[in-house]
Amino acid sequence: MMDSNRTPLLLLLALLAVLVVGPLLPQWQFLLTVAIGKGLTVLGLLLLLRTGLVSFGQGLYYCLGAYAAGVLGHYWGITDAAILLLAAALTSAVVAAVLGLLLASYRSIFFAMLSLALSMILYGLLVKSQALGSTDGFNLAPPTLLGYPISGYEGRYALFGLACLLAFAAALALYYYFRTPLGRLSPAIRDNEIRVEYLGASVRNAVHIKYVIAGVLAGIGGALTGMTVGHIDPEMAYWTTSGEFVFVAILSGTGSVAAPFLGAFIFELIRTFAYEYSPNTWQLALGSVMLLIIVFLPAGLWSLFRRWRRA
Amino acid sequence: MSALLALLIDGVIYASWLFIIAVGLTLIYGVMNILNIAHGALYALGAYTAASFGGYWLSQGYPPLGSYGALVLAAVVVGLVVGPLIERGLLRFMYGRDEIVLLLVTYALFLILEDVIKLIWGVSPQLISQPYGLLGTVELGNLIYPVYSFVLVAVSILVGVLLTWALRGTRHGKLLAVVIHDREISQAMGIAVRRYYLATFTVGTMLAALGGALTAPTVSVVPGMGVEVIVLAFAVVVIGGLGSLPGAALGALIVGLLRSAAVHYVPALELFAIYFVMALVLIVRPKGLFADEQVRSI
Repeated sequence: MMDSNRTPLLLLLALLAVLVVGPLLPQWQFLLTVAIGKGLTVLGLLLLLRTGLVSFGQGLYYCLGAYAAGVLGHYWGITDAAILLLAAALTSAVVAAVLGLLLASYRSIFFAMLSLALSMILYGLLVKSQALGSTDGFNLAPPTLLGYPISGYEGRYALFGLACLLAFAAALALYYYFRTPLGRLSPAIRDNEIRVEYLGASVRNAVHIKYVIAGVLAGIGGALTGMTVGHIDPEMAYWTTSGEFVFVAILSGTGSVAAPFLGAFIFELIRTFAYEYSPNTWQLALGSVMLLIIVFLPAGLWSLFRRWRRA
Repeated sequence: MSALLALLIDGVIYASWLFIIAVGLTLIYGVMNILNIAHGALYALGAYTAASFGGYWLSQGYPPLGSYGALVLAAVVVGLVVGPLIERGLLRFMYGRDEIVLLLVTYALFLILEDVIKLIWGVSPQLISQPYGLLGTVELGNLIYPVYSFVLVAVSILVGVLLTWALRGTRHGKLLAVVIHDREISQAMGIAVRRYYLATFTVGTMLAALGGALTAPTVSVVPGMGVEVIVLAFAVVVIGGLGSLPGAALGALIVGLLRSAAVHYVPALELFAIYFVMALVLIVRPKGLFADEQVRSI
């Protein structure tokens, strides 16, 4: 796992660097904020991947979080970003806690299939719900923070800063989580579940807790993306969205809690350019990169750093 | 009464369509343990190829009935060209790795194929609607159905019967059961396992393409048509039991009837119902309704 205790320091430096550089590059703030929203979701997936589980349904929580935030703003006029994010986290936590009861005993492709089915259920419901805009979704009210607007040209930096802080907090929290006994169970479960049981730990409970954490992260990520983009639709729960998260997770690798954010940033960056210059070969590039990573770099892009550091 | 009849007929027609697609998926999983996401893209590839072949046939002024032959030929060609290409060129290097890794590999393949289709055919819709109306319509009670829909039902039954015969009634089918049961032992006994894998994947690809080819006349063939189909096919095979042939038929019937019941009575629940049942089956019987405890039943 992590071979040094420098990770928290590096994360802090990265946070400061991004916060300082952010205002100088206003046109990048949007992209970075969206990347952080997805990065948070992928961070949850990293937790599952380290436990040996691949979820093809993280879109469920991503979408759920976004809709929780959207509905609060739409029907009750609540626009405070902190409250919206909290609501998104809570909604995802409750749903993940309930669904986790089922999913905790599934592994491998059955875990992937059941999580996919569950996210498609939400998609099926949202697509047909007139009140929430069916397939078109709806626009979010511009978010505020402590009464100040944090969207539009003026406030955009505030939302960006909030996203950076969230990413920092989540990455740090997960970093320390992996050092707790429960966190250390992750690789153990991946490697040999039966042994973990014999050692007296409950694999089921551990997986359940990890699933809830992953769900909460995805919920916050979805709400953040929704607030940044200003629009949400059921596509967020579609299997292709979940597939995208899996792609970013494989791309970035599970080597570090910072990897998902780097991976999501690279992904959004490439996508922005690919949409402009070659919209019809974008998926071709994605698929090829994914195959190359699976074959030649199973630990993801992050492992390049570690090789380089060791050399 | 006629409402119920319509529900049943719609359901069975939809189920036949689903079966043709899902049976290839279940075949590949049953033999090779690969849950093939790329199946959706192969379906789309079949549809596009069929649109080209059929369009060419009709534009040459050959007898229109022959366009059905062109559709089937398209599926066969896609199967024979693309199937071995993927199996020999990519999948064989992945055997023995985790099922979930193979799932990711086929997902990558899915993304690649989606764009390959766009590169070959462009993004504008392809139309090959003539075969759909060619056979006329039948009246059942006060309902009118295109005969083509019943052709689809016949084809799916034919596919089911042929596959069952090939797997249970022929020497190769029985040997395949041995390969499924224990790959290493069968290799040691002199069975050319590689060839069985190659043949299985080719046939599976052909079936995906056949599903697409037969769908092409009923829709406009557009990019991304495989995205939707693959999750439906997943639902079907998961409900019936991954890797089970009768399971795929049962799953297709359940999904088909469920969907047509939802469409007739509560349209709002159309998609919800399908995935709800999929989740339900996974929860109650994770291995599917038709799962065999010892040997996979294909």
